[in-house]
Amino acid sequence: MSNPELDIVVDDPTAPEAGSPAVVGSGAVDVIISLLLLALAVILGWDNWRTGASWDSTGPQPGYFPFYLSVILGAASLYGIGAALISRREAAETFVTRAQLRRVMAVFVPTFLFCLATQYLGLYVASFLLIAGFMRLVGKIALWKSLLTAFVFTAAMFVTFDIAFDVIMPKGPLEAAFGY
Amino acid sequence: MEAFGLLLHGFAVLLTWKTLLLMMVGLVLGIFVGVLPGLGGPNGVAILLPLTFTMDPTSAIVMLSCIYWGALFGGAITSILFNIPGEAWSVATTFDGYPMAQQGRAAEALTAAFTSSFIGSLVAVLLITFLAPMISSFALKFGPPEFFAVYLLTFCSFVGLGREAKHKTVISMSLGLLLAGVGMDTVSGQLRMTFGSAELLRGINFLVAVIGLFGISEILLTMEERLALRGHAAGISLRVVLSVWKDLPKYWMTLLRSSFIGCWLGITPGGAIAASFMGYNLAKRFSKDPESFGKGRIEGVFAPETAAHASGTSALLPMLALGIPGSGTAAILLGGLMVWGLNPGPLLFVEHKDFVWGLIASMYLGNVVGLVLVLTTVPIFASILRVPFAAVAPMIVVSCAIGAYAIQNAMFDIWLMLGFGVVGYVFKKISIPLAPFTLALVLGNRAEDAFRLSMIGSGGDMTVFWSNGLVGTITTLAIVLLFWPLIDRAFAGLTRLVRPARA
Repeated sequence: MSNPELDIVVDDPTAPEAGSPAVVGSGAVDVIISLLLLALAVILGWDNWRTGASWDSTGPQPGYFPFYLSVILGAASLYGIGAALISRREAAETFVTRAQLRRVMAVFVPTFLFCLATQYLGLYVASFLLIAGFMRLVGKIALWKSLLTAFVFTAAMFVTFDIAFDVIMPKGPLEAAFGY
Repeated sequence: MEAFGLLLHGFAVLLTWKTLLLMMVGLVLGIFVGVLPGLGGPNGVAILLPLTFTMDPTSAIVMLSCIYWGALFGGAITSILFNIPGEAWSVATTFDGYPMAQQGRAAEALTAAFTSSFIGSLVAVLLITFLAPMISSFALKFGPPEFFAVYLLTFCSFVGLGREAKHKTVISMSLGLLLAGVGMDTVSGQLRMTFGSAELLRGINFLVAVIGLFGISEILLTMEERLALRGHAAGISLRVVLSVWKDLPKYWMTLLRSSFIGCWLGITPGGAIAASFMGYNLAKRFSKDPESFGKGRIEGVFAPETAAHASGTSALLPMLALGIPGSGTAAILLGGLMVWGLNPGPLLFVEHKDFVWGLIASMYLGNVVGLVLVLTTVPIFASILRVPFAAVAPMIVVSCAIGAYAIQNAMFDIWLMLGFGVVGYVFKKISIPLAPFTLALVLGNRAEDAFRLSMIGSGGDMTVFWSNGLVGTITTLAIVLLFWPLIDRAFAGLTRLVRPARA
């Protein structure tokens, strides 16, 4: 469908195809999340009970407020499990298709690696690697463009935060070699 | 008239080259994040917050509020030119805005959107100017029970009036309140829910959670969806602007109605989205020609934009006067205030006059500067959308990480941000609302302190929340709102019973 009136057209070559099979349904995820929240509520509730969730001479103990919140959270999650199991409509809905999951992973995995790299190499090196790598491998953008963009952006961040605004970012061996 | 004098003083604080420059920078950055798909007001403010950490509070809040204005203006650009609402409350703008762009009247629609945003915000700022000092001086008389009752009212109205499934709102809110309690207990100094971890000792920082929940999760969501843009480029000429402005008086009723709805709904939490739809629907209902709505009517742009911006702005009123944010973005601004050691609430008007009036003056000025800026630079910003997402996404991730780290200089916070990103993604997909979570996380400690102080004061007697007319009214109202859906249904049932009897 060509439309001559459109002036800006950006197509996405990696967009998920329409007929991709579902990996998991919304209903199932609903139940799993509710179970996790229920477990969290039990753990936090137990911890607060241990801290002291009753009254003493000065008023409520530290665990009082959060303990009852855990009870509310637990009750709401239980209700959520029930509601998700009863409702057949939601169970039929797709939470994520296989093609969608692949695309989400294409962002999540690099982001995770970026966090890991920040821990050991410092933020600026990690940022350069993330931007260059992501543009080249996921976006299929020309190598020189990717490297240049990554360098300019990282340098701009370094000048803005570490030099101009004195917000100090984690650094690694490379910055150490330059004496920062 | 005292307010007027203080406001002039506020303008005097602002009118320095440095502040004006910061304002422009904030607006440009704001429009930028507003135009980028998948980023909007709250995300933009959260990501850009660390830029302001080293500034003095007045410059910082001026820049932040300008980022916010910019993001609001930017959202309208994508709604009209690309049929992509930047935020949920821009959805109603696309109904008539995009058809107008398709008919080649994009410039007209954009001018209408920016002008009506300007008018909506202006009405709300006027309201803030005159109402906020009154409310805050009234609230100075509040004790802990009154404050707890107001917090309760905020939480309950979210549960009772929210559109999502009730139990999901409750889950989101109690989770936020629980996470706010992690770390050192402020009253007794005891550790809670840290499980022996030194990293959790600091507690879970609100801004780290927000950057993850809104920034990272939004990137995941945007990537998952098909990202193809088809839209119109547009430049705005002075002639179009003047011709739209000349017609403005014809629509005074729509503008006034939408401003009023916006202000009213903005003060109650979570109202901006409802306000934009309500503004649109009412304009349609009162129109002589309701059929032509949705086919490119300029009123269909005026009505929702005015309402959305009036409500987005008036959401700052309860934040300034009571310390209770009326929207997600207001909650983030509140988090920012706390970073600079300012405690939002009635005392702010007494202890930090310069700051408050500087902020209010910056709302006026930022709006005017923003309107001019956005009218002149639309073509440049529309072309930002040509930049491939594969280049923008990693830059946003890096900005998020910088933001999360800068708050407490902790590597652990970057991991926490990633965790919240995943949580935000999953929650959005199974429609657990994030706004109550945000609100609970930022208000959690104050709500708990208020509760415990009132309990200590009354010796554990719950009736303290009904001990005088004021606190009793607020508490009762909170409980009514909590069960509002049930009450509403009961009323509907009653009228149905009564009506056939009459007939």
